[in-house]
Amino acid sequence: MPAYDSLVEIFVELIRRASTELPADVIKALEEGKEKETESGLADKALGTILNNIEMARSTSAPICQDTGTPVVWIHHPVGVSTRALAAQFETAVNEATQRRFLRPNAVDTLTGRNTGTGAGRGIPFIHFEEWDEERIKVRMILKGGGSENVGAQYRLPEARIKAGRDLEGVRRAVLDAVFEAQGKGCAPGVLGVCIGGDRVSAFEMSKRQILRPLVDTNPIPELAELEERLLKEGNELGVGPMGFGGETTLLAVKIGILDRLPACYFVTVTYMCWADRKAAVSIDEAGEATWLS
Amino acid sequence: MAELKLPVSEEEIRKLKVGDFVELTGRMITGRDAAHKWLMEDVREDVLPYMKDTVIYHCGPVIAENDDGTYDFVAAGPTTSIREEPYQADVIGRYGLRGVIGKGGMADKTLAGLGEHGAVYLHAIGGAAQVLARAIPSVERVFMLDEFGVPEALWVIEVDKFPVVVSMDSHGNSLHDKVEADSKAKLRELLGL
Repeated sequence: MPAYDSLVEIFVELIRRASTELPADVIKALEEGKEKETESGLADKALGTILNNIEMARSTSAPICQDTGTPVVWIHHPVGVSTRALAAQFETAVNEATQRRFLRPNAVDTLTGRNTGTGAGRGIPFIHFEEWDEERIKVRMILKGGGSENVGAQYRLPEARIKAGRDLEGVRRAVLDAVFEAQGKGCAPGVLGVCIGGDRVSAFEMSKRQILRPLVDTNPIPELAELEERLLKEGNELGVGPMGFGGETTLLAVKIGILDRLPACYFVTVTYMCWADRKAAVSIDEAGEATWLS
Repeated sequence: MAELKLPVSEEEIRKLKVGDFVELTGRMITGRDAAHKWLMEDVREDVLPYMKDTVIYHCGPVIAENDDGTYDFVAAGPTTSIREEPYQADVIGRYGLRGVIGKGGMADKTLAGLGEHGAVYLHAIGGAAQVLARAIPSVERVFMLDEFGVPEALWVIEVDKFPVVVSMDSHGNSLHDKVEADSKAKLRELLGL
């Protein structure tokens, strides 16, 4: 286990990568979307600007979006590691990354309305810990923007308005309704992280965790793999388009996770991730050596 | 792409139609949630001259403060506009704005306000913080920085060829209403409702 304070620089670099560089699969999906749009139309121009912006951010190491989001973090750690110490180091890294303008001061005191100025605050960053048998530490993070967070949704099935029952057809109906309700407000084209089941807390965590998946992986559960594919196709058929300007590309991917539920509850929980699908992951070995995973 | 100089006259603004691409050059001001509430609590005389005949940009930027006390916009894309719906039409009327820049569009009260006062809603590309920051070469001054913090302060900025799309015009047309209606029809078809 490396010294805790040696982790700060690695965490800052993790944040820099996530805030300023998009993963290759996201860029590819945006490029493929642009090819489907009518040349010189509003959707085509929007995606062209988005792709220029991604390259500009990467080449200057500046934030892709000024809303640098909430750092949502999943840390796997070896037995005997102090999660309090890890959390403290991560918070120091958020402060440092804010100073270096990889992050905007993004935490507002909910009572007073004042910005904390440090990037950190009550519940920000949000870190999940999981102990494992390996000797290395694995850190995965998304930067979750506020505009897209506002269009996330949680459905309680059955839902008569959209004729959604407690089955996968009901899930399909709820997700398509959420895509319609979001229109372009979550900065379409977006990536959907969905959770079926769980409670109101565990479900949102699971839906956010789906955002970590590569855009083109295959869900190991065949029924869910099929539903993901169908929802991506039908979501795009809604025609909301980039920025809600109308067009072919409304979604880049749909990823579905599943949790068991209480007999009384059947939640469908949707996290909407904007086109700036910012994420990064790192593995840190016993000597403190970092290997970048994305 | 049409170029529009700020400040701008009502006559020029009324020529714009939904779907037009426009590049803005001149002086404008940023303002978002805290600013809109504050602008309607009282008439803010010192801010008035910086709003008359120009546009307000719904933006919470990332800022760099230089050694000489000046500021640079480091990242500056639009934020979601609909949160200002309760205030926007009144802010336009009170301060003589000719337009609003944001993302996601706004609703009926604002659309009516645009028609009444002669103003437009201009959609910037959400998340394109670098492209847009580069179109903001200088910062003239800032209001309410200590009280509101960096993202919520009102920044008076100079823009050069700042790219936007007219998505709500002064003639009652809204691209957002059209896309919503079309996608609603498609949703009902997919769900058999």
